[in-house]
Amino acid sequence: MGDPPPDPEPPSQPTSSSRNSQVSERRRSRERTRPLVPEELQQIPLDPQILRGSQEVLSNQSNLRGWPQRASLTPNENLVFQAEDPYVNPGFSAEVQPQAYLSEGRLQASHNASLMLPQLQQGEGNLFQQLESAYQGSPADLPGQFTMYQREDLPFSQGTQHGPYMRDDPTLQFSPSELGFMSFNMELPEPEPRELAVQNAKAYLLQTSVNSDLSLYEHLANLLTKILNQRPEDPLFLLESLNRTTQWEWFHPKLDTLRDDPEMQPTYEMAERQKALFGRSSSGEGEQEMEEETAETAVPNIMEKAFYFEQAGVGLSSDESFRVFMALKQLVEQQPIHTCRFWGKILGLSRSYLVAEVEFREGEEEAEEEEVEEMTEGGEGMEAHGEEEGDEDEDKATDVIPKPTWKPPPVIPKEDSRTGTNRYLYFVCNEPGRPWMRLPHVTPIQIVQARKIRKFFTGYLDAPVISYPPFPGNEANYLRAQIARISAATHISPLGFYQFGEEEGDEEEEGGAGRDSYEENPDFEGIPVLELVDSMANWVHHTQHILPQGRCTWVNPLQKTEEEEELGEEEEKADEGVEEVEQEVGPPLLTPLSEDAEIMHMAPWTARLSCTLSPQYSVAVVRSNLWPGAYAYASGKKFENIYIGWGHKYSPENFNPSLPAPIQHEYPSGPDTIEMSDPTVEEEQALKAAQEQALAAAEEEEEDEEEDEDEDQDD
Amino acid sequence: MDAESLLLALELASGSGQGLSPDRRASLLTSLMLVKRDYRFDRVLFWGRILGLVADYYIAQGVSEDQLAPRKTLYSLNCMEWSLLPPATKEMETQTSVVKGRFMGDPSHEYEHTELQKVNEGEKVFEEEVVVQIKEETRLVSVIDQIDKAVAVIPRGALFKTPFGPINVNRTFEGLSLSEAKKLSSYFHFREPVELKNKTLLEKAELDPSLDFMDSLEHDIPKGCSDFPEVHPSGSILEDNGQCSGNFSG
Repeated sequence: MGDPPPDPEPPSQPTSSSRNSQVSERRRSRERTRPLVPEELQQIPLDPQILRGSQEVLSNQSNLRGWPQRASLTPNENLVFQAEDPYVNPGFSAEVQPQAYLSEGRLQASHNASLMLPQLQQGEGNLFQQLESAYQGSPADLPGQFTMYQREDLPFSQGTQHGPYMRDDPTLQFSPSELGFMSFNMELPEPEPRELAVQNAKAYLLQTSVNSDLSLYEHLANLLTKILNQRPEDPLFLLESLNRTTQWEWFHPKLDTLRDDPEMQPTYEMAERQKALFGRSSSGEGEQEMEEETAETAVPNIMEKAFYFEQAGVGLSSDESFRVFMALKQLVEQQPIHTCRFWGKILGLSRSYLVAEVEFREGEEEAEEEEVEEMTEGGEGMEAHGEEEGDEDEDKATDVIPKPTWKPPPVIPKEDSRTGTNRYLYFVCNEPGRPWMRLPHVTPIQIVQARKIRKFFTGYLDAPVISYPPFPGNEANYLRAQIARISAATHISPLGFYQFGEEEGDEEEEGGAGRDSYEENPDFEGIPVLELVDSMANWVHHTQHILPQGRCTWVNPLQKTEEEEELGEEEEKADEGVEEVEQEVGPPLLTPLSEDAEIMHMAPWTARLSCTLSPQYSVAVVRSNLWPGAYAYASGKKFENIYIGWGHKYSPENFNPSLPAPIQHEYPSGPDTIEMSDPTVEEEQALKAAQEQALAAAEEEEEDEEEDEDEDQDD
Repeated sequence: MDAESLLLALELASGSGQGLSPDRRASLLTSLMLVKRDYRFDRVLFWGRILGLVADYYIAQGVSEDQLAPRKTLYSLNCMEWSLLPPATKEMETQTSVVKGRFMGDPSHEYEHTELQKVNEGEKVFEEEVVVQIKEETRLVSVIDQIDKAVAVIPRGALFKTPFGPINVNRTFEGLSLSEAKKLSSYFHFREPVELKNKTLLEKAELDPSLDFMDSLEHDIPKGCSDFPEVHPSGSILEDNGQCSGNFSG
């Protein structure tokens, strides 16, 4: 292997030059004016392997350093080279090409790794000289070098891998140990400036343009390929138009009008996902599974409800409803769910949300809750510490920074899970087939802020909600807050379906705050549909109303919890002027709809029969005018609520976002801070004169008094 | 939605949650056929439904040969008996712009709006409160017109313009490819072009005069008011317009 040629430098030059010529031949093919060399022509058919080897070099466009690239070319360029062969013979100036690669082949055969490395860094200049010297190089060595080339090529192919390109020629695999051995042997002379320049030039050519993925190198390769394939009459004349055509074709793949386009990917992906829905669960097989499934599951009968809603003219199409059903079934299998209901669909700008309202089994959910609470409590503890230390530091400092008088309003604690607004857990997914994501519990401040803003949902749960007043949370929180508001406002049931439990002590304890639980009435007989439509008193809300505070049960924000008492003794003193906060009261649970407030002289609910043509089989449908998209139906003993819409409340006026707060005063203005104009000279003199007069008057008075006294004494 | 392909179109548009009950669908199919025959329309389209407090209006539009000509609008309360609505005028629009709130559902209902008007009585000029009565029918007409102008959308290539003037349906239009369908520039506002003449010559050079004779959706302000929320499993894309939520184009 390592036969260092006697003359490192001259062979290196021609090799690199020949390589350079190959690299740049396409650019310079028309610029070359080399003398023909008859000897070279004879040797053209000799070395298919060298041909291939040298071609492979050029194909390696990702990296210039390292041997492997020298030795490989794409088949394309291979063809080009071969195509060029006969073309060259008639004496075209590009004849140097065979000369070039032949010489390279010969020279490659005579080199070892150490020389190839510096050659890669050779500059562009003096190509002509190099070629000539290469040409004079070692023609006689060809046979022997050929064989050497075969052997030598192998070790170098995986040489110093500087780039991502991995050669896939199986003959070029070998162990690094050989490489190590070889590199040990060789000396690495200083990279020649010309080689370096060549490498830089090639790297520059391979740079991809900013606007596209195309590099100049590729484009030129395509252009020359095209020219050589088409063989037009006067290629130089047509060069510019061909250039433009090649560029255009790169970006506009030809569409065959007779054949169909390759088919669309996104629909395939979606179908794959939904196919997974339809597969049976892997646990259990055969009869056992059938029995399990026919037993009661938490999954509701979506298809039946969809049928009734369809009678009302509301709802998703039947196949989409079925997919929702399968998705809910999947959810029930994945999570420990006690009851589940399809709450509805919230439409978004990019994607929509399918919402499922679930209740976990007892004890399941609390594990996650505790983790979250611990984290938040830990955070608060740290913050409190920080504050105390900060206070001490401030006292010690000589310059006391004035403390801001603004105190953040007390944080109203969120309701516990399974009570109030957090009674149910909500899962959302964008499409049936996609994974269900759990929404966090809602806090009162989020509900309060959600009432003030109006934003469309984008479909991505982690999207920020940018608004004024700022919403504390991202889209997942905003979605949850809207779901809470819609549930509280529009979930209704026929009168009598739910009744209060039989605990009578509740009213006295809670001070009239109302009961917050109900149960199904087993004796419910159903109300005739016509009566349901006629009077709104036959429907009741079965979710608690949300107070202006943001909770269902009122909490006095000024009550100190234990933590606060530990921290803020100073705060207590400051709070002497406690405002008395009135308890907020909302309508109690199971209030009939007839008590709902009107909007602009308009009833908040509209009730219809689903079909006037056949009233005996119709369903009573109630539509909310306050939350467009909220519907409820009832027929016999069945009823259901659904919401399909954008998630916004109806407002007769267009929405105006609230204006930002007025600019705060920076400092109280007074004589200290306000610039006063200095008194003018006249004023000063006038003042002086007045003062003198006053003095003189005072003296006179004194004198008068003294005289009086003297007179008195005299008398 | 074309009366002929009504059922399919309803299925595709069902993602928004609004649909028609089976009895309405059946009656629509029947009555639209009759309307087409009676009024001698080229095509009858089911425009949609406007919800009212007491009843809902079902709206249909009839199209004659020239596609871009003003269409005749009909309304019905029960999908069986249709009444023609007068064409919309500018005065109607200004008059009804003061009415807010929902539709009642009764076409003869009159909205009362008090305005301060200057009344000349002899030499005195004083303001008097005048109660203006606006009929719900008028309001219906102008609302439909406004919605059409704002959000009626048609894909590029569905209609073409001949040098003689009339605009015809392109029978070789097979729909947009998926990549084109996701771009806003392949849709046009279906109305007389407003922005077209404001384009620079360079932009106009790229347009095809037989196909690009309407405003594209690309330049709508605010950006992003029309978007594509859903790709139906069958491959059709639903586009909804944020300005007028409730309008879906399939």
